Amino acid sequence: MLFESLVVSAALFAVGVAGVLLRRNAIVMFMCIELMLNAVNLSFVAISRYAGIEGQLFVIFVMTVAAAEAAVGLAIIISIFRHYESVDVRNFRLLRW
Amino acid sequence: MDISQLVFYLFAGVAVASGVLMITRKNPVYSAMYLVLTLFSVAAIYVLLDAHFLAALQIVIYAGAILVLFLFVIMLLNLGHDFVPDLRGKFWWFVGIGLGLVLFAELFVLARNAPEASGPDVLAPLLRSQGAVGAVAEPLFENYVVAVEVTGVLLLVAMVGAVVIAKRKV
Repeated sequence: MLFESLVVSAALFAVGVAGVLLRRNAIVMFMCIELMLNAVNLSFVAISRYAGIEGQLFVIFVMTVAAAEAAVGLAIIISIFRHYESVDVRNFRLLRW
Repeated sequence: MDISQLVFYLFAGVAVASGVLMITRKNPVYSAMYLVLTLFSVAAIYVLLDAHFLAALQIVIYAGAILVLFLFVIMLLNLGHDFVPDLRGKFWWFVGIGLGLVLFAELFVLARNAPEASGPDVLAPLLRSQGAVGAVAEPLFENYVVAVEVTGVLLLVAMVGAVVIAKRKV
């Protein structure tokens, strides 16, 4: 099932990339990033079946980083929303306020 | 075709289809719900790939914690009701779908040229002798214990940072 899993992982990653390009809502773009991280995790797990348990260990670290990234990113989105009253990335022209 | 292959294709189809639905729904709450469906399907694929502990972690961390955080922020910003449709125009559809397909084709060719699964399944005997949790935990806390500690510090930093960024100015 190695090849099939890698194909599914590639499809999920491509869907995530298309989502980031298609959407303007910062929160949905964030969800697409989570989807891409998941696709990479899937390929790690698929390969770890033949290459040893280290792939699964790395997935644990990726999940931790994803959780930290979601917390900080959503905090930034809340902070931006307070200022612009919107989460549309068209409004985010300046890094300072 | 045996049953596990059939189940694999079922969940793979659900994962990809709900991923596509996720990026095309206008309401962010629906997007989050389809993302939950994708994450559960990926967890099911983990089970089929002998990563039982990671499947549990996937459900607890992603579907349980991260998605709740997303839904909570959507609710907090009241985006479930008065959201503005945020899909880009025609040009970006071509760019997005085109680039997505190109990327998929590249990864597909890469996966096809990957070396065939060499030798037998190395994970199954390990899981049989140590159990699903022990097989992951033993190398994690013996060979990679420094990385685990650093990850803990990272989580602490992220937590403090999130609180500092999200709180109103004092």
